[in-house]
Amino acid sequence: MTSEEPRRNLRPLSLHVPEPRFRPGDPVDFADFDRGRAGAVPRPDPDVSPEAIREVAYSLVRVLDDEGQAVGPWNPRLAPERLIGMLRHMALTRAYDDRMYRAQRQGKTSFYMKSTGEEATSVAAAYALDRDDMCFPSYRQQGLLIARDWPLVDMMNQVYSNRGDRLKGRQMPIMYSARAAGFFSISGNLATQYPQAVGWAMASASKGDTRIAAAWCGEGSTAEGDFHSALTFASVYRAPVVLNVINNQWAISSFSGFAGAEATTFAARAIGYGIAGLRVDGNDALAVHAATEWAADRARDGHGPTLIEHFTYRAEGHSTSDDPSKYRSAEERSKWPLGDPIARLKQHLITIGAWDEERQAAMDREVAEEVRAAAKEAEQNGILGEGLHFPFSTMFEDVFEEMPWHLEEQLGEMTEEWKASGR
Amino acid sequence: MTDAPETRTMNMIQAINSALDIKMGVDPDIVVMGEDVGFFGGVFKATEGLQKKYGKTRVFDTPITECGIIGVAVGMAAYGLRPVPEIQFADYIYPALDQIVSEAARLRYRSAGEFTAPITVRSPFGGGIFGGQTHSQSPEGIFTHVSGIKTVIPSTPYDAKGLLISAIEDNDPVIFFEPKRIYNGPFDGHHDRPVTPWARHPASAVPTGHYRIPLGQAAIVRPGEDVTILTYGTMVHVVAAAVAEKGLDAEIIDLRTLVPLDMATIEASVKKTGRCMVVHEATKTSGFGAELSALVQEHCFHHLEAPVRRVTGWDTPYPHSLEWAYYPGPVRLSLALDKIMQD
Ligand SMILES: Cc1ncc(C[n+]2csc(CCOP(=O)(O)OP(=O)(O)O)c2C)c(N)n1
Ligand SMILES: [Mg+2]
Repeated sequence: MTSEEPRRNLRPLSLHVPEPRFRPGDPVDFADFDRGRAGAVPRPDPDVSPEAIREVAYSLVRVLDDEGQAVGPWNPRLAPERLIGMLRHMALTRAYDDRMYRAQRQGKTSFYMKSTGEEATSVAAAYALDRDDMCFPSYRQQGLLIARDWPLVDMMNQVYSNRGDRLKGRQMPIMYSARAAGFFSISGNLATQYPQAVGWAMASASKGDTRIAAAWCGEGSTAEGDFHSALTFASVYRAPVVLNVINNQWAISSFSGFAGAEATTFAARAIGYGIAGLRVDGNDALAVHAATEWAADRARDGHGPTLIEHFTYRAEGHSTSDDPSKYRSAEERSKWPLGDPIARLKQHLITIGAWDEERQAAMDREVAEEVRAAAKEAEQNGILGEGLHFPFSTMFEDVFEEMPWHLEEQLGEMTEEWKASGR
Repeated sequence: MTDAPETRTMNMIQAINSALDIKMGVDPDIVVMGEDVGFFGGVFKATEGLQKKYGKTRVFDTPITECGIIGVAVGMAAYGLRPVPEIQFADYIYPALDQIVSEAARLRYRSAGEFTAPITVRSPFGGGIFGGQTHSQSPEGIFTHVSGIKTVIPSTPYDAKGLLISAIEDNDPVIFFEPKRIYNGPFDGHHDRPVTPWARHPASAVPTGHYRIPLGQAAIVRPGEDVTILTYGTMVHVVAAAVAEKGLDAEIIDLRTLVPLDMATIEASVKKTGRCMVVHEATKTSGFGAELSALVQEHCFHHLEAPVRRVTGWDTPYPHSLEWAYYPGPVRLSLALDKIMQD
C-alpha cells in the first residue's frame, strides 16, 4: 500500500518529525533566542478581554533586567522583606532537593525528583496567591509546600515512606498530599490535576466562596486530553482558576517540540479557548509573582481563568531514574539565556541595597543546617526498606471508608502469611 | 535438516529490541512510536538504536497523550501501516482506553473487515520495583475482558522475542505486557536475595533471526502430577521457585497468551492432576484468575479433587513501602500449596 506510485503529478508528501537543536556533545548557542527587553511588555488591567492581550501570549513578561533592577509595568513592587522571604524559600527548596536527591543515591529511598532552576515558578507563585487558595500541583512543585512553611520533616517522612509518613508509605516519594497547606494529593498520572483544579474553582464559585484554585503541569503534559478538557471547562464556566504550564523545555528525553512548541507558545494555547494567556520569564521571581497576582485578581473579580506559561529550564535530570547527558547537550544549562532564579533575585536584592554576600552566605548555611536537622529527625522514623514503616494492616485501610468482607478476609490471610514467614 | 539457528545471550529488553529490529528490517510498514522511544530508545531502552537504524519517520517520539498515541496508531493502521506503539508504563494506559476498547478492538467487527487495526501495544507492567501505585499495576484483566483484542505476556527473553514477532504479524490488535521486574533477570520472589542475570537461564539463548511463538499456545514449564499451576509473566519464576522449595511435583503452565487461551493444554493438565491453582500478581476480584477458575470448573469439574485456588495481589492499590507484603511471594504460595494439597 505504501509503495504505490504517487497519484497524478502531485508532489510526494513527507512526514515532519521535530528534532531539538542540541544533542549530547553539541556546542550550545542561544544567540538567536529573543528574550525581549525586561519591562517591555505592557501590563493591561486584569479585567481585559482575552483577545486584547493576545500579544502577551507570544512575548515574555520580564521584570528583572541584567543589572538586577526591577523595571516596567509588571514590577510587583514588593517590600524587601518579602523579597528576602522568597529568596530564602527558594534557597531552602534547592537545599531540600539536594539533600533528598543524595538520600536516594545513598539508598535511603527509591526515587526522587528535583526542581532545580524552577524554584521561582512555585515559590513566587505561592507568595502571590492567598494562603488558603487551593493548589493542584504536579510532582515538581515542592516549592509550594516549602513557601507555605510546611514542615520539612513531614515532607521527608513521605520521601522515606517511613512510619512518620502521614500517607502511610503508600505513595512513591514526592507524591505529597497536604490538605492543611491547600495542596492537593499528587498523582503520578500526568495532567489529571488540571480539570480537578477547574472543578474545585467551579465549586468555590458556585458556593459564593472567595478562594480560587491554581494548577501546575509541565509543558510535555499539555498534550494530554485532560489539559484540553480543563481549558474548555475553565472557559465555559469562567472558573476562578490560575492554570500554570511550567515550560522547562524537556519532558524526560523529549524536547518541547513534541508538545507543539515548534508551532506556537504554550501560553497561546489559551487563545483558542478564549482564555487570557500570559507568557513569563519563569526564572524571574518578580515576573512570576506579578503574573500570578494579575491572574488571581482577575479570577477573584469574576473575569475567569488565566493560562500562564512559565518559560524556564529543567537544570537537572528528569528524576533519579535518567541520565540527561544521554539526550541533551550538557552546555544548555550554563548557556541558558534567562539565568538562574535564585542568583537573579539575590542580585536584585544586592542592587537595591537590601542584601549582601555575607548575608547570602549566612542564609545558605542556615538553610543547609535546617535541612540537615530535618533529615536527621525524619530518619529516626525510618528510611525505606528498614522495617520502620506503617503496620502491614494499614495496607487495607482507606481502600473504602468501611472495609468490605473481602478485604477483611485478605487482611486475615496476610496476617497468617506474616506469622508463617517468622518475621 | 537445517542448521541450528545462531543464538545470542539476551536479556528480555534485548530480545524485545531484537524482535522489533528483525520485523522492521523486513517490513517497511512497521512503525515504532511512543513517549521517549526515539532518540533516547525508551525509558527501559527497549527501542534503543532503532531510530538510528530505521530513521525518524519510522521510530519517533510522540506527544505525551496515550489516547493520542493509540488513536494515531489506529489511523496509521487504517492507512495500511503496522504500528507498534509503546505505552511507557501500563499504569498510564488508561487515558487510551477509549481508543483501544471502542476503536482498535471493534474496527474489524463494525466495518465487517473493511478496516482492521493490526497494532501491537507494548507496555511494561507489574511490580516489584518500588514503583508505587503508578508504576506497578497489572491491568491485564481489563483487556482480556474486551472482545476483539488479544493479550500476550512473555516470561523469558526467548518467549518475548517469538511472541512479539507473532503479535506484530497478527492482523488483530494485541496488548503485549512486558513484566518489567524480569527485564534484566528472572525473579524467584525472594526480594532480599541478589538478582540473578538472564545469562544463567537457558531461555536467554535467543536466536538472532526470525522465529515465532504462536499466539494462543501455553508452555508447560515444569511437568508434574500433583497439582496444575496456571500463571504468566514474572510469577512463572516465583512459582517455579516456590514449587522447588516445597519439593512438590506440580505441573506449571505458563499461559503466555491470555486471549486466545490455550484451553486444551490447561484441560489436559487439570484432568491429569485433579487440582488447579491460579497465580497472578494482579488484584483478585474480577482478575484473569476468576476467568481461569470458571473455565477450569466448566471443563474439568468431574476431575477436580479440590476447589480451584487463586493466589494474587491483594485487592488494594499497589503500596510503596509495603510492596513485599502486597506481593504474592514465596510465603503466600507456600501456604496456598499446603492448602490445596490438603483440600
Ligand atoms: C499519563 C502519564 N503518561 C506518562 C507518564 C510518564 N511520565 C512521567 S513524567 C513524564 C514527562 C513529563 O514532562 P513535563 O510535563 O514536561 O513535566 P516535567 O517533568 O518537565 O516537569 C512522563 C512522560 C505519566 N507519569 N503519566
Ligand atoms: Mg517539562
